[in-house]
Parts: sequence; C-alpha cells; structure tokens
Amino acid sequence: MAVKMSYSEAINDAIRQAMRKDENVILIGEDVAGGAEVDHLQDQGAWGGVFGVTKGIVEEFGRDRVIDTPIAESGYMGAAVSAAATGLRPISELMFNDFIGSCLDEVMNQAAKFHYMFGGKAKVPLTIRTIDGAGFNAAAQHSQSLYALFTHIPGLKVVVPTNPYDMKGLLLNAIFDDDPVIVFEDKTLYGMKGEVGEGFYTIPFGKAEIKRAGKDLTIVGIGKQVHTAMKAADQLAKKGFETEVIDPRTLSPLDEDTIINSVKKTGRLIIVDEAYPRCSAATDIAAIVGDKAFDYLDAPIKRVTAPHAPVPFSPPLEKLYMPTPQKIIDAFSVMVGDKVFSAV
Amino acid sequence: MQTETQASAKDMTVEKAKWIYTKMQEIRQFETAVHEIFAKGEIPGFVHLYAGEEAVAVGVCAHLTDKDSITSTHRGHGHCIAKGCDLNGMMAEIYGRATGLCKGKGGSMHIADVSKGMLGANGIVGAGLPLAIGAGLTAKVKKTNDVAVCFFGDGASNHGTFHEAVNMAAIWKLPVIFVCENNGFGEASTFDYAAAADRISDFAKVYKIAGKTVDGKDLPSVYEAAGKAVERARKGEGPTILECLTYRDFGHFEGDTQSYKNKEVQQKAVTEDDAILRFQNYMKKHKILSEEDIHDIDKQVKAAVEEAIRFSEESPFPDENEVTTDVYVSY
Repeated sequence: MAVKMSYSEAINDAIRQAMRKDENVILIGEDVAGGAEVDHLQDQGAWGGVFGVTKGIVEEFGRDRVIDTPIAESGYMGAAVSAAATGLRPISELMFNDFIGSCLDEVMNQAAKFHYMFGGKAKVPLTIRTIDGAGFNAAAQHSQSLYALFTHIPGLKVVVPTNPYDMKGLLLNAIFDDDPVIVFEDKTLYGMKGEVGEGFYTIPFGKAEIKRAGKDLTIVGIGKQVHTAMKAADQLAKKGFETEVIDPRTLSPLDEDTIINSVKKTGRLIIVDEAYPRCSAATDIAAIVGDKAFDYLDAPIKRVTAPHAPVPFSPPLEKLYMPTPQKIIDAFSVMVGDKVFSAV
Repeated sequence: MQTETQASAKDMTVEKAKWIYTKMQEIRQFETAVHEIFAKGEIPGFVHLYAGEEAVAVGVCAHLTDKDSITSTHRGHGHCIAKGCDLNGMMAEIYGRATGLCKGKGGSMHIADVSKGMLGANGIVGAGLPLAIGAGLTAKVKKTNDVAVCFFGDGASNHGTFHEAVNMAAIWKLPVIFVCENNGFGEASTFDYAAAADRISDFAKVYKIAGKTVDGKDLPSVYEAAGKAVERARKGEGPTILECLTYRDFGHFEGDTQSYKNKEVQQKAVTEDDAILRFQNYMKKHKILSEEDIHDIDKQVKAAVEEAIRFSEESPFPDENEVTTDVYVSY
C-alpha cells in the first residue's frame, strides 16, 4: 500500500520505523526534540529539529533515545561515531551540512577510517542526516551542497534522495547499513509530496533510477537538480529530442553502469549539479564517462552547475546562481550546434 | 584485566600486584625495544613512545574489564598493553606485517582491538575525547555497567573537543573517566606556555564533576584515584577528570632531539622518579612482591618482548589485495 506524504514526513516515518525495529537505533543532534528539561513541556519536544522533521519522535521513544545535544558538533558527532563502534546504530543530525567545518575530523578521520585502519575489525554503523541545498535565501553558510566533499573520502557512503519514496527507502537502508552513511536532505524538498510505501522498505545503494528514457541526450541530475533536468527534458521533447534523465540516488557508491550504458545509447551527456563546479560530483561523473565511454560521445560532456562562487543571499542573485532548464537547453544547443534552442 | 576496585593500594592482592608490575614492565621493555629497532631503521613511519608514563595506563586499566572501553592517543602503545592487547599482534602491527592487530593497515598510531575494549590509538590530538563520550553513551543507553576511559595528553586539554566532551559527559552524567597524562609537553611546547590553567583537574569544578591531580609516576596514587573514579562511574555518579603528572622518557616522536627538555629534570625522571623503580620499592616495602618475584617477571617479560620481535620479523607483509579491502563492510 502506498500513502501520500511529504519528503519531510518520509524522513520522520523512516526514523520511527527504524527505532521500532531496533532498540539500538538512537537519534542524536541539536534540538532533534528541543526543549529538554523545560518544565512546562513535560518532556514533549519543542521543535523536532529546526525544520520540524523529527517532530513527535521524542514523544514515541523518549529522551533516552532521542537525545538533544549542546551546540557542539565535534563533541556529539564524535560521540555518535564511537556509540556506533560500541554497539548502537545512531542517527546523528548535522543541522546544516555547512556546519561540517566543526566536526569534519570526526567524520573524515574517525568514522570513515575505523574499519580500514583497524584491519576490518571495527564497524561504524552511523547515519548522518544533514540539510543541504540552495534556493531558500539562506545565504553562503546555510545553502551549500557539500556532498562531493564526502564522496571524495573512502569509507563514507553518500546519499542524495530526490523524492519522498526514495528518501524513506534510502534512509532506512542507511540506518541498517554497517558503514557510515551521510544522507543529504535538500531543504527545498521538505514540502514535496509523493507516494511512499507503507511500513518498512529499503532501497539499495548504488542503483540509479532512470526517471525517463530517451535516445538523444543523457542528463544526470544530482539531488534536486534531477527535477530541473526533468523540466528541461519536457521542453526538449517539444523540439523532438528524447532525453534520458538519470537520478544516481547515491554518489558513493555510484552506479556507473547505468550512466555509461545510457551515454553509449545517446552519445551526449549533461550533468546538472547545483554544487560548486570544481572537484564536484559533476566533474567526477564527467571524468568517469570520458574515461570509460569516450568513443561513444558525439559531443563534449557539458556541466550545468553553480558558478565557482559562494551562494548569494539576495533572491535575484540566488536565482541567477542556480541551474535552470534554460541553462540545460543552452548547453544542449551548443552540443548539437543548433542556435534555435536558445529561443525555446 | 582485573575487576575489583580497592580503596587502598596497600591492600592490593599479590595477584593484582603481579599483573600491574608485569604490564608496567611490558610497556617499558616493549617501548625500549621499539626505540632500538626504530633507530636501526627497521620500523617504518612515525612512532611515539610511552615509556616513563607506565603508572598511568596500568594504574587505570587495572580497574577495567574487556567490556569497558578506552580511547587513546598517538602515544598509545602503553594503553594497548595495559588494556590487554596481544604483544605479538602489536609489534607486528608496528612492523606493518599481515599478522598485526590491524593486519598492518593501521601501524603504531592506530593500534586497536575492539574485542578488548581498546577503541584505537589515534593520530588526531583531541579526537579520543568525544569518542569516549560515545562509548559512555552506549553504556548508558544499553544500561550496561560498563565505563569508558579517555586517555589524553595535556596538549589535548587546550583543544575544543576536551571542553565539548567534558561538558556533555557532565550534563548526561556519563560513566566516563577523563585521564589526562600531563607530561609537561605538547610536542615541543611546555604545558606552562600552552595552557592558561594551572591544573587540568581545575576544569572539574567548572563542569561540576569530580576532579583530582595525582603524582602520575606513583602507581599507588594513580591506582587509588582511578579506582574511586571507576567506582563512581559504575554507580552512575558521573564523570571524573583525573590528571596524572608524569613525564615521557623519550621524545615526542622517535628522532626528536628533545632540545626543549631540561637535562636535570630528565635525569631525575628516569632515575629516582622512575615509575617502575618506585613501584618496585613500594612492593618490597609493603612486602607485596619480593626481589625474586620482580626478577622473575622481568625475565618473563623480556622473553615475551623478544618473542614479539621474532614473530614480527618472521611475519609476512600483507597481501597486495589488502590495499583495497576493509574500506567498507559492503559497497
């Protein structure tokens, strides 16, 4: 049975499913409940996270398993790493991915390294949930999309869900995975509604989804840019071009086969990514395709990304900053040498 | 590992005293051997030796079981030995061999044995502090009676993780003992220069937890203070900062010229103030162990360390495929 719920509700549902299934699952982070030790709340949560995503979970599971932390990312992230290594399955919330500067060591040098550095004898079944994404006028320190930073690091798995159904299945897969996983929640998708499976289900990592099939162009959309890609594909269809749109779902592991097989069919690739353009998911995928499917390419690979600049605050500037369907179409028109598309 | 907590070191059983003295000797002889082998160029990488600080690791771990966790530092060999890690596996790890505790993939700075509650030596100063909180949190959530000990240096007390971790342990009353090995130096800078506080244990007052500074070269002092701290933690009475004033006999790393050390202080530390010598005298004075017992242990340990070296030298390097195994549990 499928039920309709939002991206945000899908996260809440996944966490509850996991916590009901396994008492070793805990939720830890800044104000994941909120209002700890406030008398008049009588142990009800105040916020349920800064966007209310985890609202109600403390009422079901209690403060022993839904743990509000001080604003001390190094401290609680390190605690979550070691709690994972000693028998719990923590879901640790890093409120905004931009705050990783305060706890990168715990993620990069501790969580990601234990299994390897200790010769396979330690496991860190940690899930980090974090908010990313521009388009919310949240400015340069609350709008970044830093998934490439983590994709770079061996030992971490990186998940970028783009709709409620995937979010629930991928988040549950993350929680019960024995490696450290970081799940990116795009803040502009929280209100997005969609069909979600009832009860417990998981979506495996490393399996991209072909959102629409096509033979003329492949577009890989990273995170919410898969939706921008779909809009561009609609417009291109009106001009008679069939676009294949791929949502990789996870950047580490990356489903290279689905991307390469698509490029072999279409001969053209655009990667759409709202993250910075250097050393990014877009450059990474471009390099892999250039390496493994060069002979099949009919045109240079194009990347439609943010410019190499921080995310601006002012709404018109932020709009200019982001990939758009038109920017994708412009890239395609260059690829096919047809200026007609600039006027689509 | 020993389990019971005793108020006074003088009442320590012969069995306990033998265990403690053996571990102290193991650390001293192991580190002395590594020092010599490293000088010959037979050990790769960075090595930081624990010799001189034996009373701290052993005096604390004497109160722990395999279910209790410890976090460690880049100077971690002593903690590993005190927590029961296998000498052969440790030495082979330092040699980078396949038979090492981490299959040769960690080396001196990352020796770990989770089955013994040793959560790893750690190459990042201050990293062990939050990790210890996590082990304490597991004990609290799972309602076990286990404790977590964080060994850290005076240098790490200036790191933000110290304050984040101590604060969190305090507000959550976690069963964690913060054992500061104050050896007077963070790398080549003195504690007096780098820390504004006079004593690390002074922070206990601010965070409203138990705190004490002891002579870390004196096994009985460490043993008694650690015993009380572990007991408090097991009873749910929360964390303790235990500052142990000690001294490292060797440099920050092997190859360090140690020009920042005062020669007289160094000389005193390795002679009249030596932790092992002082514990020998203590045991003889209180008639816990005899000269003969001590001699027997020294001999046994010498054989064990020689065996660890032989084992390591004869062990193969890891297979080539080990470069890419153990990155993930599944991928």
